[in-house]
Formats: sequence, C-alpha cells, structure tokens
Amino acid sequence: MNTSSAIRLVAARELKVKIKDKTFLISTIFFLLFGVGSAVLPALLGGGASSVAVADAATATTLRDAGLEVTQVPDEVAAEQAVRDGDVDAAVVTGGGDPKVLAMDDAPGDVVSALSVEPAVQLLNPDAVDPLLAYLVPFGFAVVFFFTSLTFGLQISQSVVEEKQTRIVEILVASVPTRALLAGKVIAGGVLALTQVALIAAVTVASLQLTDSGGLLSLIGPAIGWFVPFFVVGFVMLAALWAAAGALVNRLEDLQGVSMPLQLVVMLPFFLVIFLNDNKPVMTLLSYIPFSAPTAMPVRLFTGDAAGWEPVLSLGIMVLAAFALIGVGARVYEGSLLRTNGKISFGAAFRDKESRRLAEINK
Amino acid sequence: MLHLEAINRSFGDRRVLRDVTFDVTAGRMTGFVGANGAGKTTSMRIILGVLAPDSGEVTWQGSKLTREDRRRFGYMPEERGLYPKMTVRDQLVYLGRLHGMTLDAVRRKVDELLEWLSLGERANDPVENLSLGNQQRAQIAAALVHDPDVLVLDEPFSGLDPMAVDTVVSVLREHTHRGVPVLFSSHQLDVVERLCDDLVIIADGAIRAAGSRDSLREAYSQRRFSLIVAGDAGWVRDLPGVSLIDLDGARAVFDLADDADDQVVLRAALDRGPVRSFGPVTPSLAEIFREVAR
Repeated sequence: MNTSSAIRLVAARELKVKIKDKTFLISTIFFLLFGVGSAVLPALLGGGASSVAVADAATATTLRDAGLEVTQVPDEVAAEQAVRDGDVDAAVVTGGGDPKVLAMDDAPGDVVSALSVEPAVQLLNPDAVDPLLAYLVPFGFAVVFFFTSLTFGLQISQSVVEEKQTRIVEILVASVPTRALLAGKVIAGGVLALTQVALIAAVTVASLQLTDSGGLLSLIGPAIGWFVPFFVVGFVMLAALWAAAGALVNRLEDLQGVSMPLQLVVMLPFFLVIFLNDNKPVMTLLSYIPFSAPTAMPVRLFTGDAAGWEPVLSLGIMVLAAFALIGVGARVYEGSLLRTNGKISFGAAFRDKESRRLAEINK
Repeated sequence: MLHLEAINRSFGDRRVLRDVTFDVTAGRMTGFVGANGAGKTTSMRIILGVLAPDSGEVTWQGSKLTREDRRRFGYMPEERGLYPKMTVRDQLVYLGRLHGMTLDAVRRKVDELLEWLSLGERANDPVENLSLGNQQRAQIAAALVHDPDVLVLDEPFSGLDPMAVDTVVSVLREHTHRGVPVLFSSHQLDVVERLCDDLVIIADGAIRAAGSRDSLREAYSQRRFSLIVAGDAGWVRDLPGVSLIDLDGARAVFDLADDADDQVVLRAALDRGPVRSFGPVTPSLAEIFREVAR
C-alpha cells in the first residue's frame, strides 16, 4: 500500500469520527444561526415603517404617501386609545390646529419627518459603512476564524493525544509512515473546518440576498469571498503545529498547557482586530502578518481600505509561512510521537534524532 | 525465520539491551521471559520498528527488515489501547485496511476473528464499553486481522481468565500450524511453560538462555528424583551419593551424585517396604528461570 492510500484511510477515519461528534454538529448549527442572525439582524434593528393611527383624511394621505402603515380611526380619542393599547406605534392628532404626534415612549422619526419639511442633504462620503455594520462585520470575521480555527485545531491535538494515550499509535506507526498519519489528520481537520466556514459563508450570503435592503451584499460579498481562502491557508498553516502539540504530551490533561502558545497565536489577532479595527496603520500591518491576516485582510477589504493586489500579496506571504510552519510542525510531531515516557519539550522534539534513525530503518 | 543479531540499545546512560541475539522460528511459539525491566518490551519495539537499535539488526527470511515486511507483522503492544469510542468492528476494519487489505477481505476476516474470539455479540459496541477481558480479546484480534506473517505479542495473556487463555492459545496455535513464527512475552511462567515450543530468557538486557523448551530443561536438569514410600523417607539421606533437597514425611526429593545409581536407591526403598512412586524430577520453567536469571 502506498502513502497516499494510507493518508486517505487516516483522513476518512478522522472525518467519520468527527462528523458523528456532537461538538462538531453543535458548533456548526451555532455558526449557521450566527451567520443568519448577523445578516438578518441589521434589517430588523433598522425596524420597519411605523404604524400610525389618524382621524384626519388629509393627514392620512400625506402619511400613506410617506410609506407609513396608516390606520384610519373615527376620531382623535380613538387614535390616542390605539396608541395606549399598543395597536399602533403612533397617532397624529390635529386638535383643529397644527398636527401633534402621540407616541408612548419613543419619538417615531419616520412619522415626524413625514410631517416636516426637511432641508436638502448632501452626503460627502456616500460609500461610508454604516457604523453598526462597521462594528459587526470585523467582529463576525474574527469570531468565525477564532472559534473555528481553535475548535478544529484542538481537535487535531486531541486526536493525536488519544492515539498516544491509548498506545494505538505503536500499531499505526508499525504499519504506516508517520507522515501519512499527520497528513491524514491535517487534511481531515482542514476539510471539516473549510466545510463549516464555506457553509457559514453561503448561508450568510443567502440570507443577505433575502433580506438585503440595498448594497450590503455588494459591500460584504467580496470580503466573504476572500475570507474563505484566507481561512483555509490560515488553518492549514497551524494544523501541523496543533498535531505537534498533541504529540508532545501523553495525557489529555497535559494538552491545555502545551497548546497555550498556539491558542494565544489564534486569540491575540482576534482581540487586536476587534479592538483596533478602526486604526488603519495597525490594521494594515495585521493584514500582512500571517496569523492575523485571515481576519484583518477581509475586514480591510470590507471597509474599502485595501487595494485589489493586497489580498493576493498577503495570501502569498501566508502560503510561504504555511510551508515553513508545516515543516516545523511535522518535525516536532515525528520527534515526539513515539516518546511515551513523560512530556517532551518542543526543542528536544525538534532536535530529536531517533525519528530520523527510525525513518532510516523503515525505508 | 525472524532473527535478532547483536542488538544494543541505551536510554541515556542506561544500557537496556546488550548484544541481544535470538531467533523466532517459523511455526513455533517462542516464549520470551524476563523480570520487569529486563528488556522484553524494548526488544519487541525494535522488532516492530517503533524504536531504533543503537547497533545490530533484525532480519526476516535472511534479509534486513523493511517497512513492507513489517506491515505484514502483527503486533500487540504492552500497554493496550484501541480507539475507546470506536466500535470493535470499525477499528478492526480500519486496522486491516491500514495493513493493505481490501474492504471485502477485511470484512470477511473480521467476522471470522470475532467469531473465533467469541466477540461477535460485542462487535458493534465501542471498545470503552467492553469488559477488560473482552478489550484484551479485541486487542488480540487487532494483531491478527491482516493474517500476519509474524506475530509479536507483548504479554498477550495478562488479564485473561483461564477460559480466555485457552481460546487465545487455540487461535495462536492455528497460526503456528500455518508456519507463522510467534514471539510472546509473559510473566506467567506456568502459562509460558505450557505453551511455548522455544524459550528465550533475558535478564538485565542480555540473553541468558535460548533454545527449545525441552533442550533447556535437559540442560538445566540435575539428577533429581522424587520418592514416595509408605513410611518415613528420612533414611534416604544416609545413602551414599544422595543429597536431600526436601523431606515431607513419606515424600523425599533428592539429588544424586553423578556416579550414584538411582536403581540402588529404589532397591533400598523396596527393601524397607512398599514404594508408591519413584521417578526423575524435571525442573520447572520457574526453576530454570530462577537459576538462569540469577
């Protein structure tokens, strides 16, 4: 049997086990709801047109023309009662003189403006992003990258520790090359993470299409489109290191400590992007650092700060970093996988000669 | 034939194997005995290519072992483990596939093995829900699933009840009949004594004795006899050439000097009264082991 079929078998097993796993199902459902929610919520928050009760026929026509939901009532006492009962958001009463707007606790802006004469407005930066969205979108990218990357990364670590802890790794290594084991795990983790992210992206775009009040999709669409490849490279870049972290320990209890640096590598960009996403120089820098680029670059694309070539360059840097980090991760994984007595340091595993002697024997 | 030639291995300053050389012959069960830490597991891990020797080599059919050869080996590691949450059947199929079997072939083989090892009813249970004895059987099935050319089993009988030992033994015998060499280690010397054709004794990382069980017995047997008479047997100690080992009323165990004749002792006993039993005592494996590993 050749290495590629060994990789396929290993990856297939990992997929089969993980797909049945409850954490995978729950996190997928959670993120799908998150995607739908973040697309639908702004439209809901903006609120629909106010409903308004009116007795006067002329005023009713004016309000109807302004796109409000008008209920004609017999007299102004009935109009006020309708507001108190909560049947309508507001009522307009004239009392024989100037119109007055009645509402419970919140002045209905659309009713007021329908009855006022507004001065002409000229927007100097009509493309500027709604401040609510400007906050929500970076948050969305950061949350999805952070949680998905951490969840599936830790799952790779756990699956390695499980094999070490049960010693089944000795049976596996006696039959297939160590690298095939590693590759199978990384591929399976990558496929699952990509599936989840692609699903979230698709559902978000679809819900935007359904609820879109205007240009939101055209604004956020390209950012989502770039987010997917950035995510994949960003995930694969760290995947071998997650596996290496698992190989350094023999018990699941020890995993938390040894994987801390990696968790920080995923966590720090998350907070930086959330708190500094309005600081342009910092965001530009973050969008080129391989660890934060998967979140920072799509955010910059969304806010329109990044030129067309920038994501390509940043992705190129990430691919190079990925090759280097996979190399390091694979070496540490091989150097520590068969050490079953106690914890091994990262450096010792990296320098380990045993694994190279073994590779010699196992030609 | 599997052959280990002058294998040395150290962990840091500690030498755990010194020039370990022995054979595991086709169609024979070779028992591998030694105290804890004597080097059994290290030797087995080196055979399987899970650990590298510092020097020396392992050969199979006369040439150096390759990964392809090792893929045809069946291995049961000392510390047991299968995937706890996978069903017995699923992991046996997976391991068979990793060893290069087709899906059809492995399915057939798994059914057959589960039947053999009386695990059929547990086939679709996750391993963690099995009793320890059944987990052990599943572990043995994992070593056998790909019809291996060589079997290396580290403590295959620990944790098994006597019935299960018999089941496993018959399965292993089935393999030796087909010419598969089987190397197994065990602490239970009585089990080894009953099962093995050949024996390898290791102490402090060095092979102290190796060969067929019978030849070892012969080599280490002294001229020891046991006599049971009707009365008290204490008089035996006064005969020339006799050194008494053990006396328990009517029963005496004694060694004879090389020039003494056992028939003289028998005749002397008959002169004194009825003799219930008289015969040579072959040393037990435990005795040989104690003698050799000292």
